[in-house]
Amino acid sequence: MREGRPAVFFWLAAVFGLFILFLYGPIITIVVLSFQGPSGGLTFPMNGLSAHWFSRLWGGLGVVDIWAAFGRSLRLGLTVMALTVVISVPAGYAFRRGFRGASAVFYTTVASLIVPSIIVSLGIGVQFRLLDDAIRWAAEATGMAAVAEGFTTSAGMFTSGLGAHLTWTLPFGLLIMFAVFNRFDPRYEEAARDLGATSGQTVRHVVLPLIAPSLVGIGLFGFTLSWDEVARSSQAFGSDQNTLPLELTGLTTTITNPEIYALGTVTTGVSFLVIVVSLLLIHALRRRPARGESGGGAARR
Amino acid sequence: MERVHRRLTRASAPYWQVAPLALVFAVFFLVPLALTVVVSVWRYNEYSMTPALVGSNYAAVFSGCVAELPSLCLTFKTYLSTLRLCACVWLVTLVLGFTVAYFLAFHVRSLTAQMVLFLVCTIPFWTSNVIRMISWVPLLGRNGLVNSFLHSAGLTGAPVEWLLFSNFSVIVAFVHLYTMFMIVPIFNSMSRIDRALLEAARDAGASGWQTLWNVVVPLSKPGIVIGSIFVVTIVIGDYVTIGVMGGQQIASVGKVIQVQLSYLQFPLAAANAVVLLAVVLAIIWTMTRLVDIRAEL
Repeated sequence: MREGRPAVFFWLAAVFGLFILFLYGPIITIVVLSFQGPSGGLTFPMNGLSAHWFSRLWGGLGVVDIWAAFGRSLRLGLTVMALTVVISVPAGYAFRRGFRGASAVFYTTVASLIVPSIIVSLGIGVQFRLLDDAIRWAAEATGMAAVAEGFTTSAGMFTSGLGAHLTWTLPFGLLIMFAVFNRFDPRYEEAARDLGATSGQTVRHVVLPLIAPSLVGIGLFGFTLSWDEVARSSQAFGSDQNTLPLELTGLTTTITNPEIYALGTVTTGVSFLVIVVSLLLIHALRRRPARGESGGGAARR
Repeated sequence: MERVHRRLTRASAPYWQVAPLALVFAVFFLVPLALTVVVSVWRYNEYSMTPALVGSNYAAVFSGCVAELPSLCLTFKTYLSTLRLCACVWLVTLVLGFTVAYFLAFHVRSLTAQMVLFLVCTIPFWTSNVIRMISWVPLLGRNGLVNSFLHSAGLTGAPVEWLLFSNFSVIVAFVHLYTMFMIVPIFNSMSRIDRALLEAARDAGASGWQTLWNVVVPLSKPGIVIGSIFVVTIVIGDYVTIGVMGGQQIASVGKVIQVQLSYLQFPLAAANAVVLLAVVLAIIWTMTRLVDIRAEL
């Protein structure tokens, strides 16, 4: 072990250490500052130590109903997480087997990842605007004027918003599935088949338990990317249905006290909670002794 | 009969397995993109868009671009400053990301330590970008930590103003947010490099730098290209980071589109988006000539 490190190791280690400080330093700063005393401001020094700004945040932030946005983001994040896993895994299977048009679907997926978010958001915004016009026109044409009158928009959190988020999370899900199946040893499946398992049983009792840690990883990407999404959401949500990060972005220009840091601490806390739970789960699934019986696999989706 | 049925479902399996994914991308990505192109030639007023086939939106985007040459029109100026920003961010994230990946891949010996340190690098990616932007305020602001340090060290008399809400803070934030996109693919490429090659280079008398430049860099090229595509395409279309960290004062291509959208000038914004898309595709096309992405996953 101690065969002596070259000098360059210490330089690189120093760069790495500084990079980590650069990554975490700022966020630690605002977590600390969110516990400012009531007379404290946006910068150091700390004027006392209190939960004052958290209690202000708890009471809401004036005109912005921040806790409604919090709830919306949470519901949407969980939905996106579930759908990302449920859609990516079979798609990964399909690509593994191969199908006609595979490369077209692959390039569309990659394109969805790298086409600038503002363009995707604009496209979805225009799409639902045109859809609204079409619905209104159809309602009037069929004599349902009352419907046309009452109709506002088809855009919303679980229509356009959900779609916008999936265009961002699914590419990550599919790429992770690629990585999973590239490293997957097909002999496990062959062994299961030789032992008389149907293909459904092989998937449920052999493949899914083996790739379970990666499924948690896909879920982690699905939730956290949705929870923090701004650029794609901007045009894709109804105006009164803003998510937490959208409200937060708006608040950056209006709030001038540590309330915004308290909000930052709370959102980052949620992210960290999800990350830690996921990583622990992944760790536990990796360490789980490879049992032959079905119990272990059936408990998970 | 049963057998034939099973074989048929087996053959069709990949199609229904991939169907949900394909459907999502068709409805929420391909159709919106197509509609963006369509709408970009429509007429509009304050209230509505009307189907048409006019070039007026594109003419508005490029107004004065030919007539005013050699001085640059607004669109060219915006693209120029955005591309300059892209180049800065790309260079910094590349050097930093490469160094970090190199350290992780070649100098951290235990696999566990490698994994843990790699995770430490990626965890911030799963937290909010906007918060990570705001978190620079107490550091770079007028009364921030950096300024009070400079002041107490006697280096500056007055607070340095260009630290926050400037090109500088925009670049800092981009590097902070997106170096991860360089580290991951470069690290991935590096961990596939056969260590025997490095030994062979050393045995053949190559210095550390020569090994790095002639062995490691060429073999990391796929990772470098993928990372570069990510960083460049994110920066070129960005308006959130540039908005928050630039104090809503810095122009960028994405910002132009966002402002037009806020005035409900959809066809004009769409024309700008189509131009941006063409530029992005040209950049990606150039970069992918250098590497086969599919083979790297």
